[in-house]
Amino acid sequence: MKASLSSRARMYGSLFRVRFINGLQYRAAAAAGVCTQFAWGFMEILLFRAFYQADPPAFPMEFSALASYIWLQQAFLALFMSWFLENDVFAAITDGNIAYELARPIDLYSKWFIQNLAGRVSRALLRCAPILLVAALLPAPYGLSLPSSPLAFAVFLPTMALGLCTVVSFCMIVYIATFYTLSPLGVRVIALSITDLLTGSLVPLPFFPDTIRRIVELTPFASMQNLPLRVYSGNIAGEELIRGVLVQVFWLAALVIAGRLWMRHALRRIVVQGG
Amino acid sequence: MRLYLRYFAIHVKSQMQHKASFFLTILGQFLGAFSAFLGIYFMFTRFNQVEGFTYSEVLLCFATVLMAFSLAECFFRGFDAFSSMISNGEFDRILVRPRGIVFQVLASKVELTRLGRLLQSVLVFAYAIPASGVPWQMDKVVTLLLMILCGTAVFSGLFLIYAGLCFFTTEGLEVLNIFTDGGREFGRYPFVVYGKPVLLFFTFVVPLALFQYYPFLYLIGRSQNPLYMLLPLASLGFLLPCYALWRIGLRHYRSTGS
Repeated sequence: MKASLSSRARMYGSLFRVRFINGLQYRAAAAAGVCTQFAWGFMEILLFRAFYQADPPAFPMEFSALASYIWLQQAFLALFMSWFLENDVFAAITDGNIAYELARPIDLYSKWFIQNLAGRVSRALLRCAPILLVAALLPAPYGLSLPSSPLAFAVFLPTMALGLCTVVSFCMIVYIATFYTLSPLGVRVIALSITDLLTGSLVPLPFFPDTIRRIVELTPFASMQNLPLRVYSGNIAGEELIRGVLVQVFWLAALVIAGRLWMRHALRRIVVQGG
Repeated sequence: MRLYLRYFAIHVKSQMQHKASFFLTILGQFLGAFSAFLGIYFMFTRFNQVEGFTYSEVLLCFATVLMAFSLAECFFRGFDAFSSMISNGEFDRILVRPRGIVFQVLASKVELTRLGRLLQSVLVFAYAIPASGVPWQMDKVVTLLLMILCGTAVFSGLFLIYAGLCFFTTEGLEVLNIFTDGGREFGRYPFVVYGKPVLLFFTFVVPLALFQYYPFLYLIGRSQNPLYMLLPLASLGFLLPCYALWRIGLRHYRSTGS
């Protein structure tokens, strides 16, 4: 049975909505998260200020651009953090509930993809407003400044959406790897410990030594938070921006195709665990 | 003590049941700490110093905090994961056993996978101890040991607060991560780097600077004041309010009934 396009769109739409509303329920946790992220961003900026004062010419980007980078990163943490994975998915794979999932007339890859997307978006929406607001009110080089140009802002939004999808498609690969190892812990911890550095969530990519940076910029990791957050402040523009977007689109397509193929292979040899 | 060793042996055995997962997790922990190290390394390929601290000095500070944190997390994990103990009713069982409550919570979990982080700190020490140019006489060695041990105590105190607050909230409070995970992440650099107000906060409110910053000045020879060498001991005073909070929480305890 093949559903028509519009009914399929409706189905994915409602899947998104259910998970989205579900995510909006955790308001107390969101409030706590906002405090944590605000303090975290503040400490990061103070740390970079110390390095800036030590040697201003060695600083690879405008200080205000760095501050915007950090505040956007904290505000949209839920969109980009690769360690934010859905435990339901791991549970479904390891405890055998996957059997029910497979019985449904929905493409499993799309379903998980949409649920992850919705979970991240709802989390981010709950948390971003207060952080953005306070950060925008902070004094000049330390706060969130306006986007460098209307054009930068116009590109910021689609690159952010593409970046988010790249993160989710990467997470899908982590989920699918669990089909083979059955214990999610190991794969997860290893995949995530490296991404933290390579995506630029620990130290923004411009601070990397040049040769390393040039290599990392070709990986999918640079297409996640690095691109949109630097586009916003005009740190990436012109030719570099076009190249960045092309790399981003390439990796998104590659990760989705690889994920789908790998999942098909995994499902063909799956053994449902116990009852 | 003998009983603790028994518990310890049981934990080791049970974690060894899933060897692949165990070693992968250790490797992951190691890589996580390794990225933190690379973060410092990258910054120092660009900058020679920060607030007058050189690369090898900062590494010394980083390794101290990392070691203190991973020791605390390895042995005091029971408090860190206390919210699940309350919500699944396990804590009720502890209350009826004829042994100390703190002891039982302590023994309920030993997280050997944290050895990955510990290993990273050992490696960084192996590089930084000779490279930092500190003349390693008796007093310097004692200072470093005090820093690590008292650091472990302060982080454990934070876990104790975390657990104590669980009595009131049942859920763990994410906000406290600012001091535990945040203490580890931002403690990579001496706290003075973040400016005076932050340093004062970490001296008098949450005394991370008492084991991380002042004795560190003595260690690298920036200060000759022998008092600084003993300041880590003062940070042990932090354990009193932590324990008090735990006691108050314990008196308020109501079982979740499950």
